[in-house]
Amino acid sequence: MASVSIETARTETANKRSKPNRLAPNYWPFVVPALIVIGAVIVFPWVFTLWMSVNSWTLGQEQTFAGLDNYIRLATDFRFWESLWHTLIFTVLAVVAPLFLGTLAALIFDAQFPLRGFLRGVFVMPMMATPVAIALVWTMMFHPQLGVLNYLLSLVGIGPQEWIYNRYSVIPSLVLVETWQWTPLIMLIVLGGLASLPREPYESAEIDGANAWQKFRYLTLPMIAPFLMIGVIIRAIDAIKSFDIIYAMTQGGPGTASETINIYLYNTAFSYYDIGYGSAMAVVFFVIIVALSLVLMMVRARTNWSDMETR
Amino acid sequence: MERPLTKRPLIRRRTLDRIGLLFAALVMVSPVVLFFLWMISLSLKYEIDNGAYPPILIPENFAWSNYVQVFRENNFFLYFWNSVLVTGAATLLALIIGVPAGYGIARLKAEKAAIVIMIARMTPGLSFLIPLFLLFQWLNLLGTLWPQIIIHLVVTVPIVVWIMIGYFETTPMELEEAASIDGATPWQVFRLVALPIAKPGIVVAFILALIFSWNNFVFGIVLASRTTRTLPVAVYNMLSFEQVSWGPLAAAALIVTLPVLVLTLFAQKQIVAGLTAGAVKGG
Repeated sequence: MASVSIETARTETANKRSKPNRLAPNYWPFVVPALIVIGAVIVFPWVFTLWMSVNSWTLGQEQTFAGLDNYIRLATDFRFWESLWHTLIFTVLAVVAPLFLGTLAALIFDAQFPLRGFLRGVFVMPMMATPVAIALVWTMMFHPQLGVLNYLLSLVGIGPQEWIYNRYSVIPSLVLVETWQWTPLIMLIVLGGLASLPREPYESAEIDGANAWQKFRYLTLPMIAPFLMIGVIIRAIDAIKSFDIIYAMTQGGPGTASETINIYLYNTAFSYYDIGYGSAMAVVFFVIIVALSLVLMMVRARTNWSDMETR
Repeated sequence: MERPLTKRPLIRRRTLDRIGLLFAALVMVSPVVLFFLWMISLSLKYEIDNGAYPPILIPENFAWSNYVQVFRENNFFLYFWNSVLVTGAATLLALIIGVPAGYGIARLKAEKAAIVIMIARMTPGLSFLIPLFLLFQWLNLLGTLWPQIIIHLVVTVPIVVWIMIGYFETTPMELEEAASIDGATPWQVFRLVALPIAKPGIVVAFILALIFSWNNFVFGIVLASRTTRTLPVAVYNMLSFEQVSWGPLAAAALIVTLPVLVLTLFAQKQIVAGLTAGAVKGG
């Protein structure tokens, strides 16, 4: 092992020397401070979490090595599987709804019309607003008796809903808030995609007499597909980790009806102070997120590749 | 004579299209506008108006006292100041560390460093919180603002580094090369040549780091004590007192998020550029 690495190191230095790039300045000093900070606040917590996950430790009690006990406990923890299921439903809904609405919004904002810049600015505001503050106002709007949403529903003849106070409607209600807040992000990503589209295919489609829907379906959609995939990846990572809105509005309730992995993780670590078990949950959660991202990135790579082939 | 005849219906169609699009955009934007209008309305109504059915949008008497009450009864001046200190320090530190790092990584073409930042973005905020909470407890820092300033770096440093890598990759190398031929040290090249060109990128990184740090909630609920709360935590704590009335609560929510919303409207161009480039969000 050592000799091999020395060999490669030697060839690397040899390569570097053989390059006529005598001007190449040393850039490492620029990176070192950030490396130290990232090591301390990002890499150290990763390693420490991994270590804690094989220990049994509740704050205030003795810490003992537990091997894989925490992971075995997790596999048989009904509440964990339930939270996984809630996370799945929440994530799928909170990706699909903003994806659909965000693409629609991008198609509108890509065109020219009066007040376009100003309205786009207004449309972006929710994603920049403080989630806790937003959640608080939505909670008031969801109030079954005094909330404005039930009043608005009554205007169109729909009976009062229980929104976040009912175990069956709580997740869709939270998705509504999440969609309201994050549709603009998809809109911005797709808008970037639309701006990069070439003009020529549309001109020839017009000559061929294609209507607006055909132009969207056969030209725009395939060409913005890579951007849609980026939107899906980013939205999925954010939705699966969603914490502020759920915690501020329901704390996982009623009962555990809206308890996602992140909320259960929070409760385990900071309500029950079960650090070892919470760490194991964090590790599994992290693995799930990375796996999801990898799968989505692979789908994205494949999409691009098949596009290339058909062209 | 022929030209105006053929052109006129076309122009008319185009204006009709534009009005249609404007209408569609207004429909799209309406949930945003209605929400914020309702938020303002809630914050300016007395309890009796907030409990009225059917709901009242514009009350006869504005309850400005709600805002006074928030500041008088809830230590909001202190929490506002805490938020300013935590966000300000975490953002400035991130710029000091992150701008040179973005420059170095872009020039070294070190793609692996970018991967670390991608993974950091995927990691749930809570998994940083458990170890750092224990570390801060052990260092006896809980009860000061330092734990929050340090942990907010988890949010701000990746944003700044990520945006600056992207920015420095697009700035031209020729000037830098010319400067180093003239005998400038790498630091001088960075300081006098690269940095001035990168100003727009730094502004974008600054604004986004500022906003996501200001909005952060999860780190605060674990690490903040009574005197070190930031605004999002303070407003959440108001909510948990059931007896609190809606008016002051909505007023508090508006106070928390207003600085960010104003910044969003004024710096719209930078925010859009930054988010489409990196689509970063921390925590």
